[in-house]
Formats: sequence, C-alpha cells, structure tokens
Amino acid sequence: MTVAVKDLSQDRQKQMIASHYARLSRAGQEGRKVVYTFVPGNLTELLNNLGLLPVLPEINALQSGMRGKTGEYIQVAEKAGHSEDVCTYVKADIGMLKSGNLGPTGEPLPRPDLLLLSYTGCFTFLKWFELLKREYDCPVVMLHVPYQGDGQITPAMRKYVSDQLRDVVIPALETLAGRKVDYDLLSEQLALSARAEEDLVWVLESAKHRPSPIDAYFGGVYYIGPIFTSFRGTTDAVEYYQLLRQEIQQRMDQGLGPVTPEGTLSQEKFRIVVEGPPNWTSFREFWRMFYGEGAVVVASSYTKVGGLYDRGFRHDPTQPLDTLADYCMGCYTNLNLPDRINLLEKYIHDYSADGFLINSVKSCNSFSAGQLLILRELEKRTGRSGGFIESDLVDPRYFSAANIKNRLESYFQMVDAKRARA
Amino acid sequence: MDCFVGIDLGSTTTKAVIVDADGRIVGRGITNSRSNYDIAARVARFEAFTNARFDMLGQALRAEPGLGQSSAAFLGALTSGYRHECFLGQLQRLEDHCRRDVDGARYQDDRRAVGHALEVILQSVRQDAAKIYSGGAAARSDFFRDMAGASYTEHAAQLARAGGPAFDRLIGLFDRNIIPVENEQETRTFSQLLMAALDRVVQSSALQRDAVAGVLLRVAEAEMREVSAVGTGYGRVRLPFPKENIRSEILCHGLGAHLMFPGTRTVLDIGGQDTKAIQIDQAGVVTSFQMNDRCAAGCGRYLGYIADEMNIGLHELGPLALGARRRIKINSTCTVFAGAEFRDRLAAGQAREDIVAGLHRAIILRAMSLLARSGGIRNEFTFTGGVGRNMAAVKALGEVAQENYGQLQMNIAPDSIYTGAIGAATFALRGATNSVASN
Repeated sequence: MTVAVKDLSQDRQKQMIASHYARLSRAGQEGRKVVYTFVPGNLTELLNNLGLLPVLPEINALQSGMRGKTGEYIQVAEKAGHSEDVCTYVKADIGMLKSGNLGPTGEPLPRPDLLLLSYTGCFTFLKWFELLKREYDCPVVMLHVPYQGDGQITPAMRKYVSDQLRDVVIPALETLAGRKVDYDLLSEQLALSARAEEDLVWVLESAKHRPSPIDAYFGGVYYIGPIFTSFRGTTDAVEYYQLLRQEIQQRMDQGLGPVTPEGTLSQEKFRIVVEGPPNWTSFREFWRMFYGEGAVVVASSYTKVGGLYDRGFRHDPTQPLDTLADYCMGCYTNLNLPDRINLLEKYIHDYSADGFLINSVKSCNSFSAGQLLILRELEKRTGRSGGFIESDLVDPRYFSAANIKNRLESYFQMVDAKRARA
Repeated sequence: MDCFVGIDLGSTTTKAVIVDADGRIVGRGITNSRSNYDIAARVARFEAFTNARFDMLGQALRAEPGLGQSSAAFLGALTSGYRHECFLGQLQRLEDHCRRDVDGARYQDDRRAVGHALEVILQSVRQDAAKIYSGGAAARSDFFRDMAGASYTEHAAQLARAGGPAFDRLIGLFDRNIIPVENEQETRTFSQLLMAALDRVVQSSALQRDAVAGVLLRVAEAEMREVSAVGTGYGRVRLPFPKENIRSEILCHGLGAHLMFPGTRTVLDIGGQDTKAIQIDQAGVVTSFQMNDRCAAGCGRYLGYIADEMNIGLHELGPLALGARRRIKINSTCTVFAGAEFRDRLAAGQAREDIVAGLHRAIILRAMSLLARSGGIRNEFTFTGGVGRNMAAVKALGEVAQENYGQLQMNIAPDSIYTGAIGAATFALRGATNSVASN
C-alpha cells in the first residue's frame, strides 16, 4: 500500500457538505424553511427550486454512527420506549433529537417546518415520520410510491405518482415556501442532475476495469454522497462528479487500485459484489477486513438506494413530474426480489466478480427480507461463492468484529479454494 | 519420520493432529484451551507427538518376538503408566505452588491447619489417581484440572465437614494455584517419562525390564521431523505461523470431514461457541457455509452450562438425556436463560432426563435453521465437533434430519472432535508438497 493522499474531489465534497450545514445553521436567522426527507425517492430539485433546505435523518444517523455517537443515542431512544428490534437509524435519530439534535458540525440542526415522505417503499419511514411529527408538531406530506411488484413501472403507476406530485406534494411545498415552482428552473435543474448522473455512472462502472480503480462499496458510499443528498440538480454536483471522474480516469491510466484509509491497494486479489448496507459504527474496521485481504468491492446494491442510474435512468428535463415519479419508484429497495436477483447476477457477470457477499441487517427489512433466497439463487445461477454476514447499521452492539472477521476470512479462503479448482 | 501438524485452537479445547508424508494420521492431542492459547497449542502439540510415539511403540512391540500376543495389554498398561506419571508430575507442581502460597501472608493465622489439610487432601488425590490409572475407577475428564479438581474438592469438603479448615479456604488454595500449573510444561522428556512408566509396569508384572527397555528407547528417541504446521480455530491468529499457514476453520472442517467420510456433502459442526453448517464438493472444497453470527445461542457451551447448573460432568449429560421418556419442547436456546428454563421445569415437576432431552433437541433445531440457511442437508451428512460425542445430541439430530430431509447417511466419527485439526494437518502436508513441487 502507498500512503493515503486526499484527492481534490474529497476536499470539494467536504466543502460542499460544510456549506450545506452552515446554511442549515443560519436557516433560523435567515427565515428559511426546512424540510426533513429521506434519501430514497428524494425530491431535492423541487426543494431547491423553492428555496427549501433539506435535512436527511438517515444521513444524520449514519454520520452519528461514524462519529461513534449512536451507541449512546440508541440507549436514549430505548429509554424513551423504542424497542430493541426497531430500525437503528430511527433510534439513533430519536436519540440524537433528544440529546440536543446536534449535527456533525456540533451545531444544533434546525427544526423541520415540514416532513416530506416521498418514498413509502420502506414502511419504517412512515412510522419514523409519525414519531417525528409528534416530536416537532409539524405537518407531514406523503407521496405514496407503488412497489414494483411486477418488476416494471407502468404508465398507470407513473400517472398515480405524478398526479400526487402535482395535486398534493407541490401545493404543500409551495404553501410552505410562499412561492410557486419555477418550471423553467426545474428543467435546468433536472438537466444538471442528468449530467452528474452520467458521470457517477461512469465512475461506478470504472470498476469493470482490472484492477478496479475504485471500491464501489466502501469508497462508493462517499461517491454517492453529493447526488444522494442535497446537491442533485446543482452545478456543485456537476463539478464534483467531473472532478471525480478525472481523478478516477487518472487512476485507471496509471493502473492504480482503489484508495483505502491506508493508501492505495496494491494488489487486487478478490473482486466482490456486495448486497446490503454497510455497518457505520465500525466502518473503517469493516473496510479493513476487506482491503486487508486484497478484496475490492466492484459493485454494490447499497450505492443504488438513491437511484439506479446504471440501468439507464436519467432525470429528464422535458418531463419534470413524470421523471421525478420514475425516480421515486426506481430506487433499489423498490425492486421486487426477482429483479434484485437479476441485477446482482448482472453485476457478478459484468464486473467479473469472484463472488458475492450479503451483509444482512436484521433491523432493515427493506433489505434483509429475502436475502437468503437471493443468496441461494445467485449461487445457482452464477456458480460463484456466496457469503453471508450479519451486522447492523448504527447499533455498535451488533457488530461482533472477531466473528465478522472470522467469517470474512473464511469466505475469502473459500473463494480462493474454489478458484484454484476451476 | 516427516510430520505435518494441524492445530485447531477452539474456544473450549485445543486439538493437534499429526499426519505423515502419506497423509496417515499418526498422532492426536487435546487439551483444554484455558485463557492461554499459546500454552494450549504447545500442550496439544506435545500430546499429539506423544500419541504418535505410542502409535510407533505399538508397531514396534507387536514386532517384538518376546511379547507376541501380550503386546496390546502391555502397551495399554504402559500408556496408563505414562499418563499416571504425567498426572503425578502436575500434582507435584500443584503441591509446590500450594505450599508456597500457604507459607505466604494469606494463611498466617491457620498455616499449620491448612498445611496439614493440604497434605491429607493431596495424598487422597494420589490414591484416587492410582485407582483411575489402574483401571479401578472412571475419570470424569481426561484433563488434569478436572480430574485433580474433582478429587480435591471431594476430599476438601470431607475434611471441612470433619472440623478441618473451612472449605472456602481450601478450595481457594486450589483455584489460585491450578492456573500456574496449567501454564507450565512437563520438565521431563518423553524418554524419561516412558522409563518411569515402564518401572511402574514392571513392578506389577513379571516382565523383564531390560527385555523391552531397548525397544522403548529406540522409539522414544527416533527422529520426528516437523516439516510444516497449519493452524485453525478461534485462536489461530495467536499462532506464530506465517499467514499462509493459517486457515479458517470452515475450510479445515470441510476438508477434515471429507477425509474421514469421502462421500460427505454437508457438514454440521457444533463447537463450544459456534455452530457451522458447511456444504462441500466431491473434493472436500467448501462451496458455501453459514455460522451463527450475532449470537451464540444453542452452541456447545449451552450444554456445558446446563451440566454446570446440574453439577454433573458434561459427558454425563448425554446418557441422562437418553433415558428420557417424554418429549418436552423447549424454545429458548439462549445459554444464559437455559439455567432458568431448567429450574422452572424442575419446579413444575418435569423429570430431569425429559428436560435435558428437550434441551438437546432445542439446540439441534437451532442448528437445523442454520443448515437450512446454508442450503439444507445433502447426502452424506457428517456431524463433527465436540457435541458429536454426545449421543443424545446425535440421536436428536438423526431424528430431526430425517423429519426434514428424509433418509440420510449420517456419519459421526469417534474422533470427530479432531475434524478441524485433521483438515489443518492435511493442508500442511499439501502446502509442503506443493512448495516442493514448485521449487
């Protein structure tokens, strides 16, 4: 490994995020309205169009997890009556709220003026906002998003969602903002979204190269940061992804492997596809268990929770409401099981993976339901080795490092033994 | 002889296996893992080499014209004598530690009484050991800590009841001083121990010492060259081996099961703190596996805990459960809750053997869920790990497996506890062979 050097894109992302939190901390003084919403199916372009500021509770929870705060937040939430099996993002958020709602900069996050539930594919989201509504005494606007039970988005489904956008969501947001949506601006924003999406897809697909210049899971979660949060449809996002693309292109030209916290990975021994969210409380330790064995994640489903751009979807500036409807219905967890299996199978083939791993998080049903079936089916279809580990999103009690390391070592040795026989 | 060693550092026991250049198992050693993996690995390895030398001795003695048919009986007596010598060596070291302790400040008020009691107790422990090693009594365990501990506790309690020092004073003495004893090694060489054992056998038989001493010494001093070693199990990172000589226990168990039963396709291993369901192909290569992850409920330790609660030896649990007359359903497999579950059912008037059988079935049902996760049971099905020694667990597994997957060939090797170490030793042999080939 070589010494870790911060890339320009990383600095750029840091500045963007810092400026967003600075805006949030000034929201009260400047009289700006704040909307809490979730990553899957987020309507960032609409919020920005109306000058509303988004706060994403699950991002707060995962950042709290990375800062080592969630253990204590979860206990606070449990003390307040939330049971052990509830999604730990919810408990971390409730605990944070009850502990002063301090954001990553140490300043309190503004209270929401509205809760925008624009993705109902995760039932927990619904309950989560029900809880927040009680805490903040503010309105909730809900966009009901149909599940892709038959593996496709039909015109009727699209109309159902875009009608809700036009008749319910947009009027509520306009009332809050005190102004109307500027549709010319919205088209421009959506065009910017599509440009950033194009570059993001290029970056994610660079992992098809050998050696992969990126880790599409541990590195991937950083790459999706701007576009999954409050920057989609902005020039900031477009510039960030251009910069990132240039850097990755350079790595590829130089034949370099992915960046890790301990420098560039010098030898790619395993190419792995990962299904399921990562663990955030021991994120670095978890990552080290991979790069320590020379394992690179070449594709992951988690980096598609905020949009499956690599299947061709781009925000379409000519059809603003329909395209937002398609986006909301197109998140990874809104796919049915056969479609998830097809997607992962395609990743295994397209990215020449040696195997695939499932990190199963019991408290996240959107992901975990059906994962063993996925495992079996993928093993059968691809003949590659499947691995299964269990951890949690942000509850440090459910990350048993010794056991997970043991499991992963066994898994990589199994892949090796199987490869040697092939 | 060229030797290839596999060491499996488990949470409860540490196992070592030696194979020769043909892959034949020539030695097995086992010890309790204690809190010190380094010592456990050293002791298990020493035991395996000892076992291998006894194996060689057996061959040499059978070839001895003077011994003929009595060679097996002689070897048996010699083995017991050897074990007896090792036991007495450890007991002596225990006594030395205890004496130093008694001389310290802790016993300044009752030094004479405790010192005297210690002498009486250890004398009784020696007599108990003599009975066990002469075949006159059964041991609850093969480990010094357990054997000496059981005997010591019994005699300390008797003395305390008869007006001697308080039981707590005496048992505290044992508990403090057994730890350093377990972490020390025998100072005598194999040859010295063997000659001492021979003296014991000669005393009790008409055998001429000189007639066999030469054969014994020749084997005892024969060269056994350790060519390479592979480590596996929970404590494997503690082994001073290069990374390529450390293998996951999944791979070792898969290969070990394949070597013992070549038709194996599914392996279930229930160890002290984990349960593994492994699928292997026709060459013993692992194709998928599942292990308990977030919780260790239903592992071997569960049975150990129940045995402790009932104040019986772990190996007594299975026979007790086999005497069950009624099937009792127990759902919880949480190790900590097991004690409460047991007492609650006793209070409800249920029979001990029925409850214990229910507990066995509960852990098997938990293992079945893991097997289902790994892809089910395919024929042949091999059961390994410490719990494979428990006949009640084996019976429950056979029943449940048949209920769910129909008629199956279920394999259980008498030495299934060594499965991981056998796999590791074979990896050591293959690794050495491959590196010779590539050079």
